[in-house]
Amino acid sequence: MKKLLTAALSAALVAGTAHSQQLNFDDTAEFDRQRTLLTAKANGPDGEPWEQYYGDQMADTAKHKKPGPYTICFSNAGVNNAWRVTGWTNMQAEVKLHPEIKELIHVDAEGSDDKQIADIDDLINGGKCSALIVSPNTTAALTPAVEKACAKLPVIVFDRGVNTKCPVTFIHPVGGYGFGIQAGEFVAATAPAGADVLMLRIVPGVDVLETRASAAKRIFKETGLNVVGEEFTEGDNAKTKSIVEDYLQRGKIDAIWMDAGATAVAALEAFEDAGLPPPIITGEDQQDFLVKWKSEGFKAIAPTYPTYQWRTPIIAAVKVLQGEAVPGPEWVMPQPAITAETLDQYVDAKMPPLHHAMCGCEKLPDYPAAWGGK
Amino acid sequence: MIQETVGSAKTRGVASIGRLPKINPVFFVLAALLVAITFSNPNFIEPTGYMNFLKRAAPLAILAAGQIYVIVSGGFDLSAGSLITLTVVGSSMLLDNSADATWWVIAVMYAVGLAVGVVNGLVVSYLRVPSLIATLGMMITLNGAAFMWSSGSPRGYLPETFRFFGRASLQGIPLIQFLPVALLVLLVVGFVFFWLMHRTNLGRMLHALGDNPRAAQMSGVPIERVRIIAFVASSLSAVTAGILLGGFAGVSTDVGVGYELQAITACVIGGAQLLGGRGSVPASIAGALTLTAIFTLLNFIGLPKPTRDVVQGLILIAAVVLATYRRNRAGGT
Repeated sequence: MKKLLTAALSAALVAGTAHSQQLNFDDTAEFDRQRTLLTAKANGPDGEPWEQYYGDQMADTAKHKKPGPYTICFSNAGVNNAWRVTGWTNMQAEVKLHPEIKELIHVDAEGSDDKQIADIDDLINGGKCSALIVSPNTTAALTPAVEKACAKLPVIVFDRGVNTKCPVTFIHPVGGYGFGIQAGEFVAATAPAGADVLMLRIVPGVDVLETRASAAKRIFKETGLNVVGEEFTEGDNAKTKSIVEDYLQRGKIDAIWMDAGATAVAALEAFEDAGLPPPIITGEDQQDFLVKWKSEGFKAIAPTYPTYQWRTPIIAAVKVLQGEAVPGPEWVMPQPAITAETLDQYVDAKMPPLHHAMCGCEKLPDYPAAWGGK
Repeated sequence: MIQETVGSAKTRGVASIGRLPKINPVFFVLAALLVAITFSNPNFIEPTGYMNFLKRAAPLAILAAGQIYVIVSGGFDLSAGSLITLTVVGSSMLLDNSADATWWVIAVMYAVGLAVGVVNGLVVSYLRVPSLIATLGMMITLNGAAFMWSSGSPRGYLPETFRFFGRASLQGIPLIQFLPVALLVLLVVGFVFFWLMHRTNLGRMLHALGDNPRAAQMSGVPIERVRIIAFVASSLSAVTAGILLGGFAGVSTDVGVGYELQAITACVIGGAQLLGGRGSVPASIAGALTLTAIFTLLNFIGLPKPTRDVVQGLILIAAVVLATYRRNRAGGT
C-alpha cells in the first residue's frame, strides 16, 4: 500500500513538473551571456540607463518615418501589481516630455490573453495609431496578434517577449538569469559553507521567474549550499509568512532567496516574530523592504527588474516614427542591483511602501505626487 | 417491511456504539490531523507550534463562523474575500501611517462591512437576485473599489497599533506561555456567533428559513430581515478577518483572494448543508481548523507543491464525503 502510494505520488509529481522541463529555462549559453552583460559597459548617455543599450546592432526605421503629431497606442498586459503600477506611471510621465505625441491610447488587458488579443485587433482596426507598443501578457498566446499588427504599423514590444522577430525592437533589461545570478552570488558569497537556503518563488511557469530560479539553483549547487525548500508564495504576504514560520519550526534557515521581493518584509517578520535574528535575504527594490533594510542593517541585496524600462518604449516609438535608428532587434538595457553601498540612494521614506525605487522617475513631471509620494 | 427491518437494525447498530455518532465527524478528522502533525513535527507540542497554528487559522475560522449564517439561511456569500481585501487596502489608505487613527479606521471599516452586508441582504431579499449572483457582483465591485482607491499600490503602512490584533501575543501566560491576540479575538467572536446561532430565536429562524422559506414565512418568520442579518453577520466576520490578516502579514493587494471559497469549504467540512437549513458555528470553526491543519501537515511533510495540491484536493473531497455520509446516516441532526 505504501509503495503504491509513493508510486502514485511520484507519478503526480513527474506530471506536474513535465511541462517546465519541456521549455528550457536552464540554458547555459544564455546564463553565461547574461552574466557577462551584468558587468559590461553599456552605450548611451551616462546616468540615464533607460536610454542605454548593450551592443551596436541597430534597427533601420526609415520606412516608418511619418510627420507628427503622433498617436501612440499601448496594449498593456495589466496594471495588476505594484511593479506595473510604478511602470505605468513612468510611461505616462515620459509622454509629457514629448510634445510630438498628441495622444497615448492605453488599453488594459487585465491579465487576460484573450482580452489582449482583442485589444490589439481593436487598436489596429481603429486606424488612429501611429505606432503600437505591446507589453505581452504571455509569450506564446500573443505572438500571432503581434505578427498581425506588424503588417500594419511599427510595433515595439517590451517587458515580456513574443516568439517573432517582426517588431522593430524588443526592449528589456538583462533578464531573468541576470536577476538570479545577482541574488544567488550574493548569498553564496555571504553565507557560511553549506548554509541552508530557503527559496521563495511566486508561481511556476513564467519565463522571467523560472530563469531567475534556475540561475540561482545552479550557483547554489556549484558553491555547495543546501537548498532546504522551494516554495510558491503566489506573491501573498500572509502565505509567505506562514511558509517561513513552518520552515522555522522544522529547522534553521541561514538565507532566504526570492525570485521577486514583494513579500520580503513578510518573510523577515516571520523571523522577528519567532525571536530569531534576520537571515541573509535577497529582496527587490520595493520601498518597504529598502526602508527595513536600512533601519535594521541586515545582510541583503536587492536585484531589480527596473521599472525605468517603461520609459524606453515611448522614446523608441518617437525615434522610430521620426525615422531614427534604434537598438534592435533587441534593445537590452542595464539591470542594476541595489547593494548595502548604494542603498542610501534608493531609500525614500516619503514614497509609498509598494513604490519601486529603480524607476528612473525622479526628474519626470509630477514627481513624486503622481507616484503617490509626498 | 424489509426496509423497516434494515432501518431498525441500523438504528440498533448506532445505539450500540453509544453517543459517538452524535459528535460531528469533523472533530475526529481534526484530531487525527493534529496527531499526524505532531508526529511529523514534534515541535508542534510546544506552545509556539500550536499557538502559531491557531493564530494563523483564526481569520479563516472567523470567516467560516460568519459564512455559516448565510449558508444556513440558504445562500452563499462570495463577497467575503474581496471585503477582506478592501478592509486591508482601505485601512492602509485611511491610516496613512498614523497610529492615532487606528480606532476610527476600524470603526469605519465595520461601517463599510455593515453597509455591504445590508446591501447584499436587500438585493437578495427584495430584488430576488440569487445570492450567488448578488454576492458575485458585490465581490467584483469591492475588488474594483479597492483597486480604484489605491491604484494598485496602497500608500500607507499598517501601524503597530492596527497590527496588534493579528500579530501580537500576550506573554507570560501560565501553562501556554503566550496567547496570540488573534486567538482571543477568535474565542470572543466564535462565542458570540455560537450564542446567536444556537441559543437565540434568531438562530431558530435562520434554520427555519434555510430549511423551507415558504413554511418559515407562513409561520411568521420575518424572512427578509433574518436574511439581511445573515449577510451582515458574514460581512462583519470578513472585516474582522481582514483586520487580523492585515495585522498578521501587512498590506497586500490580493490578501483576500480565495478566502470566500475556503470559508464555504470549511463550513461544508463542518457538515453544513449547501442548500440551507443545517449547520453549526463550532463545526464550521472546526472545519476551518481542519482546512488549515491539512495545509500545515502537507507543508511539514515536505512534499513538493504539485503533489501537495493533489493530496490536498483528495483530502478535501474525502472530508466532505465523510460529512455527507454521516448526515445521511444520522438523518435529522
